[in-house]
Amino acid sequence: MNPTGPVIDGDGTARRSTVDGNEAVASVAYRTNEVIAIYPITPASPMGELADAWSAAGRSNLWGDVPEVVEMQSEAGAAGVVHGALQGGSLATTFTASQGLLLMLPNMYKIAGELTPFVMHVAARTVATHALSIFADHSDVMAARATGFALLASGSVQEAHDFAVVAQAATLRSRVPVLHFFDGFRTSHEINTIEWNSDDVLSAMLDEKAIAEHRGRGLTPDAPVLRGTAQNPDTFFQAREACNPFYEACPGILQQSFDRFAQLTGRSYHLFDYFGHPEAERVVLLMGSGAETVHEVVEAMNESGKRVGVLRVRLFRPFAVADFVRALPPTVRRVAVLDRTKEPGAVGDPLYLEVVAALWESQGSEDRAHWTTLPEVVAGRYGLSSKELHPGSVRAVFAELAAEAARRHFTIGIVDDVGHGSLLIDETLAQIEPAGRTRAIFFGLGSDGTVSANKSTIKIIGERTGQAAQGYFVYDSKKAGSVTISHLRFGRGPIRSTYLIQRADFVACHQMQLLDRLEILELAAPGATVLLNAPYHPDEVWDRLPREVQQQILDKSLEIYSVDARALATEVGLGGRINTIMQSCFFALTDLLPREEALEAMREGIRDTYGKRGSALVERNFKAIELAVERLERVVVPEKVSSSRQRPPLVSPEAPEFVQRVTAVMLAGKGDRLPVSAFPVDGTWPTGTARWEKRAIAAAIPIWDSEVCIQCNQCVLACPHAAIRAKVYASEELASAPEGFVSTPYRAPDLRGRIYTLQVAPEDCTGCHLCVEVCPAKDRQNPRRKAINMEPAVEHRDRERIHFDFFLQLPELHQSELRRIDAKGSQFLQPLMEFSGACAGCGETPYIKLLTQLFGDRLLIANATGCSSIYGGNLPTTPYTTNLEGRGPAWSNSLFEDNAEFGLGLRLSTDSNQRMARRLLKQLAGSVGEELAAEILGADARDPSGVEAQRERVARLRQALDGVGGLDADRLRQLADDLVDRSVWLVGGDGWAYDIGFGGLDHVLSQRHNVNILVLDTQVYSNTGGQKSKATPLGAAAKFASAGKDIPRKDLGLEAMSYGHAYVAQIAFGAKMNHTVEVLREAEAFPGPSLVIAFSPCIAHGYDLSLGAVEQQRMVDSGLWPLFRFDPRRAEEGQPPFRLDCKPPSVGVGSIFDNETRFRIVERSDPDRFRELSARAQKDVERRFRVYQQRAGITTEEEPS
Amino acid sequence: MSFPDLTTDYLGLKLAHPFMPGASPLAEDLDSVRRLEDAGAAAIVLNSLFEERILQEQEATHRAMDLPAQSFAEALSYFPDPLGFELGAEHYLEQIRRIRAAVAVPVIASLNGTSEGEWLDVATSFEEAGATAIELNVYELSTRPNESASAIEDRLVDLVRHLRRLVDIPLAIKLSPFYTAPVHLARRLIEAGADGLVLFNRFYQPDIDPEALEVEPSLRLSDSSELLLRIRWLAVLSGQIEASFAVTGGVHSAVDAIKALMAGADAVQVVSLLLRHGPERLTQLRAEVATWLEEHEYGALSELKGSMNHSRCPDPGAFERANYLRILRGYRTQP
Repeated sequence: MNPTGPVIDGDGTARRSTVDGNEAVASVAYRTNEVIAIYPITPASPMGELADAWSAAGRSNLWGDVPEVVEMQSEAGAAGVVHGALQGGSLATTFTASQGLLLMLPNMYKIAGELTPFVMHVAARTVATHALSIFADHSDVMAARATGFALLASGSVQEAHDFAVVAQAATLRSRVPVLHFFDGFRTSHEINTIEWNSDDVLSAMLDEKAIAEHRGRGLTPDAPVLRGTAQNPDTFFQAREACNPFYEACPGILQQSFDRFAQLTGRSYHLFDYFGHPEAERVVLLMGSGAETVHEVVEAMNESGKRVGVLRVRLFRPFAVADFVRALPPTVRRVAVLDRTKEPGAVGDPLYLEVVAALWESQGSEDRAHWTTLPEVVAGRYGLSSKELHPGSVRAVFAELAAEAARRHFTIGIVDDVGHGSLLIDETLAQIEPAGRTRAIFFGLGSDGTVSANKSTIKIIGERTGQAAQGYFVYDSKKAGSVTISHLRFGRGPIRSTYLIQRADFVACHQMQLLDRLEILELAAPGATVLLNAPYHPDEVWDRLPREVQQQILDKSLEIYSVDARALATEVGLGGRINTIMQSCFFALTDLLPREEALEAMREGIRDTYGKRGSALVERNFKAIELAVERLERVVVPEKVSSSRQRPPLVSPEAPEFVQRVTAVMLAGKGDRLPVSAFPVDGTWPTGTARWEKRAIAAAIPIWDSEVCIQCNQCVLACPHAAIRAKVYASEELASAPEGFVSTPYRAPDLRGRIYTLQVAPEDCTGCHLCVEVCPAKDRQNPRRKAINMEPAVEHRDRERIHFDFFLQLPELHQSELRRIDAKGSQFLQPLMEFSGACAGCGETPYIKLLTQLFGDRLLIANATGCSSIYGGNLPTTPYTTNLEGRGPAWSNSLFEDNAEFGLGLRLSTDSNQRMARRLLKQLAGSVGEELAAEILGADARDPSGVEAQRERVARLRQALDGVGGLDADRLRQLADDLVDRSVWLVGGDGWAYDIGFGGLDHVLSQRHNVNILVLDTQVYSNTGGQKSKATPLGAAAKFASAGKDIPRKDLGLEAMSYGHAYVAQIAFGAKMNHTVEVLREAEAFPGPSLVIAFSPCIAHGYDLSLGAVEQQRMVDSGLWPLFRFDPRRAEEGQPPFRLDCKPPSVGVGSIFDNETRFRIVERSDPDRFRELSARAQKDVERRFRVYQQRAGITTEEEPS
Repeated sequence: MSFPDLTTDYLGLKLAHPFMPGASPLAEDLDSVRRLEDAGAAAIVLNSLFEERILQEQEATHRAMDLPAQSFAEALSYFPDPLGFELGAEHYLEQIRRIRAAVAVPVIASLNGTSEGEWLDVATSFEEAGATAIELNVYELSTRPNESASAIEDRLVDLVRHLRRLVDIPLAIKLSPFYTAPVHLARRLIEAGADGLVLFNRFYQPDIDPEALEVEPSLRLSDSSELLLRIRWLAVLSGQIEASFAVTGGVHSAVDAIKALMAGADAVQVVSLLLRHGPERLTQLRAEVATWLEEHEYGALSELKGSMNHSRCPDPGAFERANYLRILRGYRTQP
């Protein structure tokens, strides 16, 4: 995290800065507080990260002290810390969103009940309902509206920056705590040019007397008081009412703070800010970033004489009725209240209810005189989960207000063809952006640096030209090969357009293949400039474009420029990073800055960014700037479409109907157009859809050499995306094999005479290289070649696609056909998790994939929120799939914090179902056959063949039940499948298991229920960007531990073993594949709780993940990750229940510390500390190993005599 | 001055005696450096700053930190970026400064690289950071069929000339033994501005694992057998080239050291001995050499230095090709 900070004027005062909303807020919160408690949650994490980075760098607050920043185990924990710090008399703050805010609610009631000055900053985000969403709406904030907090909404980066200090000033005086919120991503992640609030402004805003009073109320044994009493029916009610005067005074105090702020900065705000026609008849009323867009529309409509206006609600609670009424023009006839949240079953959403009640109440007060007739109020819901509120939507609202009979309730931005409550949008009315603005849109890949380049451009324009600059970035939900779309606006400020660009003057396509997948030129304005990164000579570019794209170019008279940025990047040593090249071309093609000045500014930026990372990168980027403009050429556009190639379909025509109708639309980036009726009503989605999304993102794919192959299947096990597979099958199957399909006799004692094929899925492979790295077979003549070798995808993809299709049709092997289910055998089983969006080289997915191979047809997965819930369950497609019989993992994600409890619930439910089924079977034994009933009830169905036999018996039971009448028979029919044991797995990361969900995990382990827990331990919060967890090892740098963690990782295994009755194991597939398979099977078979902690390489470790298996081996060899098993059943046999499954450390921790960026960061920041932490880590590893060795010798039961 | 007089002149530096640690991890932390000084090291030679290592680490870090960044909405980066984090030579310079401040003896900074790129500029910073001298370790293996010996030598000479222009402090060049005309090259290097030569660099020899079909780097500490190669070339060079010489690689006892000094070494660098037995072993080495001199009635080291070099030894042919014949003739087939 690079704290940017403001541009400093010559006189030392800060003036303008180009920052995102999170930084704009954090910079104020940090400077005006003393204790900061944090926990990562999207999209608020960067605020905590910045605070932590500043604190670690020793930056001081307004009073010259460095705030104490502490990361807690959950938001509940952070709220507790804040509450305590406030009670101690400190100035404290926190940052959160969504589920995090919900976890803070109990403390918020307390903090407000105790009238505590406090501001928390919330990047408002959707609360998970039928699905999780990381995007923005006000459902989280509205869930806090009963806490007693003041709710203050800002709508832009500038406002967020300003309100952060206004809130702090007001709370100190009013004693009413403030929840300051702004829209997640739209404001938190939007970069915009703002006027910076200097330390002087902040100091002038804060009332030192009020701070002293707050401190004076802090708990101290020198003047002891008691807070947090328990009160009884005689007194609680009255005491609760005692706070009322403070709430009555609160709005006035806030307005005074606004006024003071206006004096200091010239920026004036009110509790309710009206903008528009002074005699408006139609007014839209809303909170947050949407108000900026409405403002823009109103401005345009006013210009054409329309009597419309917008009322921004700044302070939602306490709702100041009189201020509200007076803020509206008396001429208003109709008001549309727009809520960005949904409260099913309510008369209306919260802002609407508040407005209606306020208007009603105004009738009974002196404000009555404000109106001749009370305006009519209608309610609109918009923007759930960051759904766009664009000018067209706003126009539709004003149009509705002008209708003869406006709908009382409606939605905007979607097509609701079920409830018919959505407004129709006239797209032609959408173009209202002020003239003189440059709008540019860039399509790129996450890995090519497009977003970084655009952030740099925004800074250059925003800070050098006096123009305002705005940037907003859209990312897809994939972690490998993700597409990014950058929306940049430049012009005379302020830029209020809080919606995506709909018509761009400049369109850049940084990866030409995206033209085949996305409607890129749809967004180009007529005559727009288009910049392509094309791997062809400019003369060839036109011919390479699909027909549809050529047509668009001609229709819109677009000017096309191209540069072979990839080749140039390779030439200057930048690999796939084309950012500098494309940025240079952007400046060359636009007149935002004189070219040389722009390029010089780029050079400065590169020096800032890469300077401390070394001169080599700086030099290469300079070279790229120099050559980029030279290589840029205009593409000559002929008069007619000439290409015969059409865009390929996004999904195969063979895909199921739902995939064609719904998924394909989402894949095309047009999910916004899907109507309500397209969707399941309760969040239930079909599995098995990832196979229809063919992204073909790998530049090189593994190609099999059957001669060299030893048929060990290690590559298959290690593949994170199930993109390389092995099958053994009868030779007759080859009769219909496509030409060139490779096969070879299977060389193993079992399954004699069968044929073996190893096959790549060429469009699903991410090109991570892991398979080749784990391949142990080398060509003895040329050991550089292995049994699989990475080769250019373009040369092999078409042929391998046909081969893979044929391969999929080859029969699958059943577990019962295998003599041994070990690392090799398990890989002949069909993976029921495939082609996920996980990172290339992901270290987690191989474990889950293995689970689905071993137990997939009876697997129930409870998945904690995190990486595994994102690549496992983030739409548009789903990697979990089914076998030929239609069975496969059933998967659900409840929350981050409750996964152990949620999984236990699933277990209890399957147990209960099975108990009922068994009882019913006993009762109906006479009707279905005593023998069959006895067989089913007495079956040992724990191993694969037992499961198969039981399934067969259940099938017979169903037949026997045919024609049996009665309620019990009906019930048994429904529950019969539950007579086959389910395998319940609780899956999640270390953030869940070690931190936020530990209490529940611990509790579930303390019971006897048969749940299996798989912890995918990356030793860091991976999904939110590498924050420290209690699994982070001593010596590693992580966010919130940037100087290197100085406490060893929690030994979760040892803690779990302390119960004695739970199965516990630690595994690492890259170190010992057979051990991994054996442990998962033992854990599953263990009749009580089992905990498997699986080491998972992650991009947050910082090394080439193709070496993930090697690194796992090093983790084991160095003692940093001992492999062990604790099996209580062994104790019953008189054996030590604990077994070490690895040798004593044979290499030092240096073998890891010298190799991974997470440790190297510490060395390159503070070599002394690195040495000290390394030495301590070495000692700790040795100490722990001794403890394990001792334990391995301990027999807990008495020896049998 | 203690008796016998062990003082020596190395690279124009007046040293109390010739014994010092060679470039190695021994100087990586301040504690170990203090122990070396306590053990009486005449100078501290720092661990090497490697050209490739700097570049590789920059590259690797860029890949690890920048490539996954800015591509996923929930995680715009995956690593902290702490204050002081840098991948250039700053930490090495800081190490020079701190060692300079901590010890009274000369501090010789060590630079390991072969190309004449901008990175050489760091030598200027070495001087500013307080290095007393610079040792340039030329560790180069040419594997290119089109590169001639003269081209390699010319590049090396240019490198030295470039460095000489950059800094005023003494400059030693640490060479490998694999040059066709080492004496000629040595002369050119001295003419190009080097003040001395360090003989020889020890290559880490790659080994082959025939089971795994892999090439593995191997790292073995030296032993006395490696000294003989050094003695020969010290003797040949010191007799003909006016410059300072240091021996490194193979000195494990007082007698080893005496031999190297007699062959013409002005300084004796030890690494393996100290890695095996600790920095304190240096004290013993010095004392044993002093005792040897006393026992053999040398009043000062200078009486012995170079006494057995090519120009002064009784049988210069022994250092040359004739040596080969003599040994072969004396060789008898084992029964």
